[in-house]
Amino acid sequence: MATSTREAEVIESDGAKQSPHAIVPHMKILVIEDDLEAAAYMTKAFREAGIVVDHASDGDSGLFMGSENSYDVMVIDRMLPRRDGLSVISELRKRGVNTPVLILSALGQVDDRVTGLRAGGDDYLPKPYAFSELLARVEVLGRRKGTPEQDMAYRVGDLELDRLSHEVKRAGKEVLLQPREFRLLEYLMKNAGQVVTRTMLLENVWDYHFDPQTNVIDVHVSRLRSKIEKDFDRPLLKTIRGAGYMIKDEA
Amino acid sequence: MLTRLRLMFRSTAVRLSGLYILLFAICAAFLVFYVTAMSERILVQQTRDNLVEEVADVQRVYERNGLNGMLRMMERRARQPGANLYVVAGPTGEIVAGNVASVEPGVLGNEGWTRLPFTYQPYSESGPARRHLAIANVLFMENGLRVMIGRDLGEPGRFRGIVRRALMVALTIMGVGALFIWFGIGRNALKRIDRMSAASQKIMAGDLSQRLPVGRSGDEFDRLSESLNAMLGRIQKLNEGLRQVSDNIAHDLKTPLTRLRNKAADALSEDNVETRRAALEGIIGESDQLIRTFNALLMISRVEAGSIVAEMSEVDLSAISADSCELYEPVAEEAGLSLGTSIAPEVKVKGNRELIGQAIFNLLDNAIKYASESEGEPDVQVVLSVDADEVRLAVCDNGPGVPPEKRGEVTKRFVRLDASRSKPGTGLGLSLVEAVMELHGGSLVLSATHPDRENSPGLTATMVFPVLKP
Repeated sequence: MATSTREAEVIESDGAKQSPHAIVPHMKILVIEDDLEAAAYMTKAFREAGIVVDHASDGDSGLFMGSENSYDVMVIDRMLPRRDGLSVISELRKRGVNTPVLILSALGQVDDRVTGLRAGGDDYLPKPYAFSELLARVEVLGRRKGTPEQDMAYRVGDLELDRLSHEVKRAGKEVLLQPREFRLLEYLMKNAGQVVTRTMLLENVWDYHFDPQTNVIDVHVSRLRSKIEKDFDRPLLKTIRGAGYMIKDEA
Repeated sequence: MLTRLRLMFRSTAVRLSGLYILLFAICAAFLVFYVTAMSERILVQQTRDNLVEEVADVQRVYERNGLNGMLRMMERRARQPGANLYVVAGPTGEIVAGNVASVEPGVLGNEGWTRLPFTYQPYSESGPARRHLAIANVLFMENGLRVMIGRDLGEPGRFRGIVRRALMVALTIMGVGALFIWFGIGRNALKRIDRMSAASQKIMAGDLSQRLPVGRSGDEFDRLSESLNAMLGRIQKLNEGLRQVSDNIAHDLKTPLTRLRNKAADALSEDNVETRRAALEGIIGESDQLIRTFNALLMISRVEAGSIVAEMSEVDLSAISADSCELYEPVAEEAGLSLGTSIAPEVKVKGNRELIGQAIFNLLDNAIKYASESEGEPDVQVVLSVDADEVRLAVCDNGPGVPPEKRGEVTKRFVRLDASRSKPGTGLGLSLVEAVMELHGGSLVLSATHPDRENSPGLTATMVFPVLKP
């Protein structure tokens, strides 16, 4: 993993209690996964990140648990015994359950992503995946539920971003950004305090849904970083090694 | 020997010739009977004609010279060797003169042709009548005498026997000859098949360099062997390619796995918390790289197998190219080179934006990586152009390039020109681009950017799309 030398600060991601994750307090999720080993690993890792996890091992019990309890996020495998993952999602949506759903799929094709999202899924992650990627996406989905997205302005510490006028200011001083840099910062600030992965950035800023493979995103982030942090002591944009980036005011 | 014979009977050539021999035998038997029956009929007919003539003679002599003249003539004729049968009988049928001792009763009772062959006893023989078959014409005279002129049928019968025997002998010789030829052909075919089987056994045992024997005759066996050999050649080539790929895979996966293992071992023996954490992070990084490699491999397989029936729609190639260049512009800048673009506006192709995007990313990634090795000013150009038949998106660098003879190879999985694999990369980039272009009904063309330059001729990778039909 290429990391630029320009990075101001690197936050360690070790999945322990002082993790930068677990921003959403008491997040409760449901994992519907028939591979018990994978489910056990996932459950353990989510718990270590401070997330409460329930597990269902087939489509029917998953549908039952999903409609009876209130969860912040559901992680649903596409291929499940008794009831297919996509059918679980559409049935949940029919019953008025609007919990954000992340679809896990071993199929991992462009079309699968499209059909998964059409069936009512909110995000999609092909297997094999890195757990940090899954965690980051689950947390972003979990927060989406609680806060309305229609904020017209974001603020992190002394950094302000106005979505209407496309103005960015740090400590009252205007920072000039390219359109793409603006969208990058917008996405980071929308998910302030949460880890966003490189793949998430490529998806949301450039609208390409694959792993960028190279350090291309890092270069853009370090450019952005140099623009918003150049004349300031306090770093805001942090690199989470092994996971991605996070914008956060430490103070 | 017995199994060989059984094997022989199972071969197609032998079965076919067996069938022919059977057919031939039936025809021959029919021929023999037909020919002999026909020749006998002809002989009998000739005999009858002959008898009719003689009866007419007898009548004429009788009219001219009277009874005595007729008897004299008959006596003379009866003494000749191989003579006809001559009988002069009284009105009640008792034989008066002639060269026959007795005839079957009733033969002399009716005038004209005897209806069936009858038996008689020649004059020279005595004792019980031996069966001599004959036919005869009986003439009733005005004076009550009856004259019979007949002919023994032994001759046509003998003739028939001779013809039949001759034919039999000829046919038997032919049949035996056919059997020999049959045996020879069958054995020859079997031998050749055996040789082919032996060669196939070796091939099945894993020796793909083995070839089936090809004779000089250029017959159907040779033609079959030749096309099988061509097939074997192709299989061998594919197999070698596969082995190359698995070798590469093994190498490309072994190296990071070994690193992973070493890092894990280091982490385990590390007491310092910070260092251990760093080591563990390194392990995660390595694992992520491995996952990427696997993902890329799976992606290529799916694209190649066509199972990724990606949503194809009209996409704006100009926009995708511009986006990609914009995405890579900072990377190029950081690598200290300029990224020039010449993108024709509003170029549309039928395709999948994600796949085309990923392909362009791969090309740009390569171009930037290798242009920085250029001996001149590193430079990457992206050119999108359209003509009547094709849409061409070229990514040109001025790096070390790819020698012409290696261009077919670099699109193969895990093939990297730099054998040490010191540069970062999975060796899968161009494979994916090629698979994507095939899925789009186009192709990936590799050429030199500056073919005239000896150093750093550069590589131009061109994605050629078919023109969108309105």
